Amino acid sequence: MSGEPEVHEEFEARLKAYEGLPAAATGVGRDLVNEPMIRHWCEAMGDTSPAYTGPDAIAPPTMLQAWTMAGLTRRPERTAAYDELLTLLDESGHDAVVATDCEQEYLRPLRPGDRITFDSVIESVSGRKTTKLGTGYFVTTRTDVRAGGEPAGTHRFRILKYAPAHRPSRPVERRPRPVVNRDNAGFWEGVARHELLIQRCVACRTLRFPWLPGCNGCGSPDWDTVAASGEGTVYSYVVMHHPPFPAFEPPYAVGLIELAEGVRIVSNVIGVPYDEVRIGMPVRLEFRRYDEELELPVFQGVGP
Amino acid sequence: MKAGDRLPPLEIPVTRTLIVAGAIASRDYQDVHHDPELARRKGSPDIFMNILTTNGLVGRYITDHFGPRAELRRVAIRLGAPNHPGDTMVLTGSVEEVDGDMVTVRVTGANGIGKHVTGTVTVRIPA
Repeated sequence: MSGEPEVHEEFEARLKAYEGLPAAATGVGRDLVNEPMIRHWCEAMGDTSPAYTGPDAIAPPTMLQAWTMAGLTRRPERTAAYDELLTLLDESGHDAVVATDCEQEYLRPLRPGDRITFDSVIESVSGRKTTKLGTGYFVTTRTDVRAGGEPAGTHRFRILKYAPAHRPSRPVERRPRPVVNRDNAGFWEGVARHELLIQRCVACRTLRFPWLPGCNGCGSPDWDTVAASGEGTVYSYVVMHHPPFPAFEPPYAVGLIELAEGVRIVSNVIGVPYDEVRIGMPVRLEFRRYDEELELPVFQGVGP
Repeated sequence: MKAGDRLPPLEIPVTRTLIVAGAIASRDYQDVHHDPELARRKGSPDIFMNILTTNGLVGRYITDHFGPRAELRRVAIRLGAPNHPGDTMVLTGSVEEVDGDMVTVRVTGANGIGKHVTGTVTVRIPA
């Protein structure tokens, strides 16, 4: 976001337009009110009240919101309007979220077997606020919860959508420098010209990579080079999760790329999520600049 | 019972297990409540307790004190300093108002870095 006040005003006006719109329309609780979830809740809270066990058990009233939660795999039952509002905030850099307020009123106890339905409205969106966490906007929703169709409680919830003031700093460390010596200087000169050079034995024509002083096949010290066409496939790969190294942000895929010429090179596979890299995947050579003095050959995944 | 009466404090050790168990029991799978690495990437030093768990603990504090016949009618809380693993939260309360069988209690939960929660609870104590 820019620091211009009128820009904030215009953005705030866009946010304010969502006030009064529904945030969830006839959401249905994922589970009926039930004894196991009540027991798990009481175990977590250390709540041993006899009101929550036995034949006349009620659910702890403070579980009200829990019955409306989407859980691990289901999308929250949000309206398009609420999705839009959250996306607007995400995309303007206010992508972190923290709940700040919860106000609940309980109209009648919930009991095992109760079927929960709820409607929710975007009650208010605050102006731009600066907090210890960062700058952002408070969004308040009000949810009316019903059990078996009858009003059972209301739940007002306020979240802060903010741009973290203390984002962990990006690694400032630079990638390790290659060791350039008489045996491999030609390779790095090629990289500088955006050529990936493969050594070729002058005596037996065997291609070799990485660069070596002599031919593994016939022992000849004489060589020339062939520029790789840039086409290749993933011969093998690993995904690095741990440990982290300076200048590398795990997880990332390290590929062993088989070039069309037949030799293999270790490099990064880019343009493909780390968990979608596969053996046999076609890749194409690119040169990526990492800092003012380091440029490296990497391989871009090529769509099928 | 009258306005100004104090409730005995309740100490809650904020363990990693409590934070995760509370998040899962409340069906809250936000990564900041169970994954330290992802919590750090969002600018937090560690995972932190979710608001539903705090809400549940505040409710428990009141019903532990007033007994199983006490009926929670309203719980309104505001969060401040986050509850991180290894901290201790001390809940304290004082009676703000008594109106017939309805009692309003002001609750504060303080941890090592400040006030985690402030709020009011209205509870009905049947005669």
